[in-house]
Amino acid sequence: MSSLHTAVPAARQRGLSIQIYGYLLLLPALGFLLTFTHYPAVATMWESLFSASRNGHPAQFVGLDNYAALLDDDIFMLSLRNNLLYAAVTIPLSVGLALLMALAVNRRLRGSALTRAAFFIPSLLPMIAIANLWLFFYTPQLGLLNQLLALFSLPPVNWLGDPDSALWSLMAVSVWREAGFFMIFYLAALQQIDPRLSEAAEIEGASRGHFFRRIQWPLLMPTTLFILINASMNAFRIVDQVIAMTNGGPNNSSSLLLFYIYRTAFSFWDLPAASAMTVVLLVILGAIALIKFNLLDKRAHYQ
Amino acid sequence: MTLPARPFSAGRLCLNLAIWLAALLWFLPILVAIWVAIHPAADQGTFVLFSPLTTQNFVDAWHAAPFARYFLNTTLLVLMIVVCQLLLATMAAYALVRFRLKFSGLLFALILLQLMISPDVLILNNYKTVGALGLRDSLWGIALPYLASAFAIFLLRQTFKSIPLVLEEAAIVEGASRWTILRRIYVPLARPVYIAFALVSISFHWNDFLWPLVITDSVNVRPITVGLQLFSAPEQGVQWALVGAATLMTSMPLLVLFLIFQRQFVQSFMRSGIR
Repeated sequence: MSSLHTAVPAARQRGLSIQIYGYLLLLPALGFLLTFTHYPAVATMWESLFSASRNGHPAQFVGLDNYAALLDDDIFMLSLRNNLLYAAVTIPLSVGLALLMALAVNRRLRGSALTRAAFFIPSLLPMIAIANLWLFFYTPQLGLLNQLLALFSLPPVNWLGDPDSALWSLMAVSVWREAGFFMIFYLAALQQIDPRLSEAAEIEGASRGHFFRRIQWPLLMPTTLFILINASMNAFRIVDQVIAMTNGGPNNSSSLLLFYIYRTAFSFWDLPAASAMTVVLLVILGAIALIKFNLLDKRAHYQ
Repeated sequence: MTLPARPFSAGRLCLNLAIWLAALLWFLPILVAIWVAIHPAADQGTFVLFSPLTTQNFVDAWHAAPFARYFLNTTLLVLMIVVCQLLLATMAAYALVRFRLKFSGLLFALILLQLMISPDVLILNNYKTVGALGLRDSLWGIALPYLASAFAIFLLRQTFKSIPLVLEEAAIVEGASRWTILRRIYVPLARPVYIAFALVSISFHWNDFLWPLVITDSVNVRPITVGLQLFSAPEQGVQWALVGAATLMTSMPLLVLFLIFQRQFVQSFMRSGIR
């Protein structure tokens, strides 16, 4: 800043150089964020308004045509419906189970560290590894589930090969992975509840159920909200197990949003369609995030 | 927990038994994989009680695909990402907290947008960007979108804010430079947060799949998740014993990490959520 007039008071100049120093510290992180988060998000929105550029013809501005085309794309609509169903089923299940697990592990019982580990470890494994574990259960001939059914002389089910059950089989995998993860948050919240409350309830002779309904559950509300938001974000970004277990099949019955975006972009190379779908997904995630900021952060999280 | 033991009751015992049973059932998929992996491949799918134990499946799986290379790739990748994330986030958080920047509120809001739009949704455009930089099919290419983490900045900013200014003022009086202050005061005091974030980030990037799948296409950069997926793809003619062994191998480092850092792990996942 040598071009500055000498009239500038020294203190002010020092203030300025501190500002520059600060911005320089911020620059690397901000640069990466702008390049790989903000720019691609904006570019995706922009590109979703153009047609594909084909053999020398430049892309044409087509307005909302790509979005209109999505409405006529049966597979996209199916993926969207599947994804909404997926969210509606897996979120309550995994959050409910997480709460039960946390209450179970939070009791004074022998081996609670072991039970906690048993519940939590599945959420540490790579999704691809988990998919393999569950394929043991689901495969048609050797699969354990069908061996179990055979024990009771029931006919085998083609879990992943039947359009009626493929999506549900994937849901089970998601719930198995997520519940233990969310348990941790509930456990943290439970342990923050003042032990004097439970002692008081015991002295008063309140039943456990009553204590849970009247004390624990209300105190767990912020945690429940936090988990619900996270679970919703996750539910719309599920892709690994779809690729590993069903590839969206049979007959697209287990195709989900991000999976279909991946296929459209990297198998069909239909970039305008993929961009428009990405925007739809971003809008869904953005809406969830807005709910998050409005609901959760009344507790002055970010101030 | 130093409360007196409750009197024995049958109801409590039943409930405890139910909980143990539930935990065992929950863990069953992993137990089955272990069982299949440590018994001869010929016995796969049957549960012969006295089937001999063997480590052959692990040896075979290890040689059936370039797993050593995959492990090296993933290890390097995770190290690169976590070190850069912490470095960049430290600088950014320090700037946001202690430099009274003019637009710090706006900049922080911009940063937080990443929590809402995660990079894994933007694979299409990031694929183009990384391609334009000529870094497709390279470890840096996989790492680039993740190098700046809004979450790390957010956590560190909170921590730095809670460090009393008095400490810094005393150091300034002593004539310490800003770097020295950052290194000697802020970073040591924020150590638990660094460990917490590192654990969460390591487990996330060790498991990451879709983006590496899209951006890599050669053995030399392929991470373990993509390698495992290729290895267990149905074209192999399903070799359950080998797939089971490979699956356990790929998860092993994280499990070991978990067992070593069990307490920090649980706490760090908690910390990442609720404050």
